[in-house]
Amino acid sequence: MSDMILELNDISKSFDGKKVIEHLNLQVERNEFITLLGPSGCGKSTTLRIIGGFEKPDTGRVIFNGQDITDLAPDKRNLNTVFQKYSLFSHMNVAENIAFGLKLKKKSKAYIQDKIKYALKLVNLEGYEKRDPMSLSGGQQQRIAIARAIVNEPDLLLLDEPLGALDLKLRHDMQRELITIKKEVGITFIYVTHDQEEALTMSDKIVVMNKGIIQQMGTSKSIYDEPRNAFVADFIGESNIIDGIMLADKMVSILGRKVACVDVGFGVNEPVDVVIRPEDLEIKEAGSGYFDGRVLSVLYKGAYYEIKIKTEDYEWVSQNVTAPSVGDMVGLYVLPDNIQIMHKPRSEDAEVTRE
Amino acid sequence: MVKLKKALCKGYLALIIAFLYLPILMLIVLSFNNSRSRVTWGGFTLDWYVKLFSDSRILDALETTLALGFGSAAIATIIGTLGAVGIQAMKKRNYQVVMAVTNIPILNAEIVTGIALMLWFVRFMPLGFTSVLISHVTFNIPYVILSVMPKLRQLNLSVYEAARDLGANNSYAFVKIILPQIWSGILSGFFMALTMSMDDFVITYFTKGAGVNTLSTMIYGEIRKGIKPQMYALSTLIFVVIFVILLITNFLPDREKQQAEQSLRERKAY
Amino acid sequence: MKRKYLSAPYLIWVVGFILLPLVTIAVSALMDKNGSFTLENILSIIDPINRQALLLSLGIAFGCTVICVLLAYPAAMVLKSLHLDKKGFAIFILILPMWMNFILRILAWQMILSNNGVLNLLLGKLGIGPLHISNSWVALMIGTVYDFLPFMILPIFNAISDIDEDTIEAARDLGAGSKAVFWKVILPLSAPGMVSGVIMVFVPAMTSFVIADILGGGKLQLIGNIIEQEFTKSMNWHAGSGLSISLMIFVLVSLAFTMKNDLKDKGTTVW
Repeated sequence: MSDMILELNDISKSFDGKKVIEHLNLQVERNEFITLLGPSGCGKSTTLRIIGGFEKPDTGRVIFNGQDITDLAPDKRNLNTVFQKYSLFSHMNVAENIAFGLKLKKKSKAYIQDKIKYALKLVNLEGYEKRDPMSLSGGQQQRIAIARAIVNEPDLLLLDEPLGALDLKLRHDMQRELITIKKEVGITFIYVTHDQEEALTMSDKIVVMNKGIIQQMGTSKSIYDEPRNAFVADFIGESNIIDGIMLADKMVSILGRKVACVDVGFGVNEPVDVVIRPEDLEIKEAGSGYFDGRVLSVLYKGAYYEIKIKTEDYEWVSQNVTAPSVGDMVGLYVLPDNIQIMHKPRSEDAEVTRE
Repeated sequence: MVKLKKALCKGYLALIIAFLYLPILMLIVLSFNNSRSRVTWGGFTLDWYVKLFSDSRILDALETTLALGFGSAAIATIIGTLGAVGIQAMKKRNYQVVMAVTNIPILNAEIVTGIALMLWFVRFMPLGFTSVLISHVTFNIPYVILSVMPKLRQLNLSVYEAARDLGANNSYAFVKIILPQIWSGILSGFFMALTMSMDDFVITYFTKGAGVNTLSTMIYGEIRKGIKPQMYALSTLIFVVIFVILLITNFLPDREKQQAEQSLRERKAY
Repeated sequence: MKRKYLSAPYLIWVVGFILLPLVTIAVSALMDKNGSFTLENILSIIDPINRQALLLSLGIAFGCTVICVLLAYPAAMVLKSLHLDKKGFAIFILILPMWMNFILRILAWQMILSNNGVLNLLLGKLGIGPLHISNSWVALMIGTVYDFLPFMILPIFNAISDIDEDTIEAARDLGAGSKAVFWKVILPLSAPGMVSGVIMVFVPAMTSFVIADILGGGKLQLIGNIIEQEFTKSMNWHAGSGLSISLMIFVLVSLAFTMKNDLKDKGTTVW
């Protein structure tokens, strides 16, 4: 039996009649790094705000440490949030910002001093106590915001796109630092982002959301390798997503060709989505693959080439370490193992592809 | 409990607003009062409105007040806008000195400003319409500068540079690029200046000399004799006109803005 | 043409109609009737009559400022809580009264507060009163608060509106209840607005003479009334200039004091 720190039971929420979250169920284990991932407007931030107490769900309960906190005010919850826009108090210096929560809890002066020192060391900003937060860079401000939350020793830390406003290089550094901080303090992290790469590198568990519905939940690897539907496949990394028809077990028809796969249990003649990752699409001599097509473009991406190939009805993307020339006729092949077959979504609402 | 608290809050605000509008309501009522007495109701009449238009002294004062208001606001808006654009380009030290001086007419007591201007004018010119106009421009300019300055600070200068880069000369770029971006600040500066000028009494009182009367100074002179009810009628008319203008200008941009927000929200939803 | 030259007309105006008039009044203040140098005009502020008027002005201005802050702050909070998309409505409702002539509005208060005025009529219906507050400092105070209240509400409302909702949520998140959020976040962050409100109210409240003229019934002399009479009745311009300069110095010192306090607050915060 695992140790649950947070349970969301059947949460729904709408704003002005527009459904933002629908019947959401989520369980978070203690000491986990869990990421809510999805495009903007998918309900991930609202979910976080419901956990933080800034929104009340229309239906459903929030259970935290075995206690129902659905109706508890934000200041009564032993969890803290790191906001996207940092939201530091501009009328206080760095030390006063960090001490804010501790002073409210009436901790001793010595204790607060110790905590400030410890927290600033943790976020690599030793000696910044007296600085004016508004004079710091975005990255530094976000570190202060993290320090300000962590000193309260919350059981759960909510991070709402905390790195969204930082540039790429700084974002990568901060990702690494966040993982270090997480290990050091041993707090459960719930992290919200729309950046799939960030989610894949940092999380123990990823929850992919779209239109207020959880699309898939699992480890980075399972989500990347076995996306459950076309939305997830498309959102997590680039993919070739093609309409197909199941002919029999382990046999699918794509663009009128019979292609061998490993999936079983679909209905005969059932329309399906077929997902093939670009790195799994092999380029061979014309006539020796499933499909023949003409090379449209070749882009050098550093570690590999990204090749676009046009067959009769579809434009394929392939990633390969060697590249054909633009205009060449080539054959396309994929191993049965590397084909992912997915049911078509039942309704428009259950899955909406990203624009 | 929460509902009760909300109701109390709104009730409090309503009280404050009632406090601010009670005297205005009183004056509007008096403008329809068929009695010269200020305390008894003698029945409804439109007489004062009719008589107003044959009272040449009041109409003269109105003309002077309007000429002063629009004239000084227009001059102050031009000088102030150009001034703000120039001040913003100054070095930090000069900038601070000029901005400090700009605050003088706002921070200084009106009576001191009025007397200082009067003492200065009598050295080289007779007091009259011109001296009042100059005085009004003087206390109006800071309001223009203070409403244009924030817009200038938000100004997207790269657009101006892009325009120069694309071949626009300085003044063309100013008119086509800078002016539209600070337009709302200029307009509110003009309106602020107009409001201040129309409402001013003290500075006009000291700088007007004999023979010139604005509505304010005329009313002040009539306090002991008793105010002519035509004055209530005129004030009510001005108030209603401004009320309607403000209502229209406050609601039209509002709708535009709402539409912009609506489309933004729709875009965000994707 | 360089951009800074655009400010030339304004700078000429500043010198011609802001600085030189101030020099003129200072010169006039330092002269006696025969044109020789004297400090008497400026020091006449400590004559018993003038001193009393100054103290009364200070008292009225101080009381008016305090009352305005107490009335305006909650009003600004409620205005903010209405969640108006635009600041326009608040400004509209507060600026509009200025379009009814200021002297008429004060005269209206005289009628409302007079012994047989509207207030006593209403109180009479309730079986209270009559209150004899016309021509007293109470009436003067009501009129002064009335005239300057919008100038306190506006800057406070602007300052409160500028506080980011996120900042308040951050405070809640860190364990601050409604009270702590107010005292430790909203109040200190809106302090600059309050300071500009205080300046906008204190100075004109202290130096006005019209309100006292109408609502004080000629019995209450503020320093503004005395200066006005030096120019219009006694025709002693040098004495009037001297009192004006003293008043200006007094106002500047009070302002400096207010601003310094503000700076100090910024350093220590209100814990």
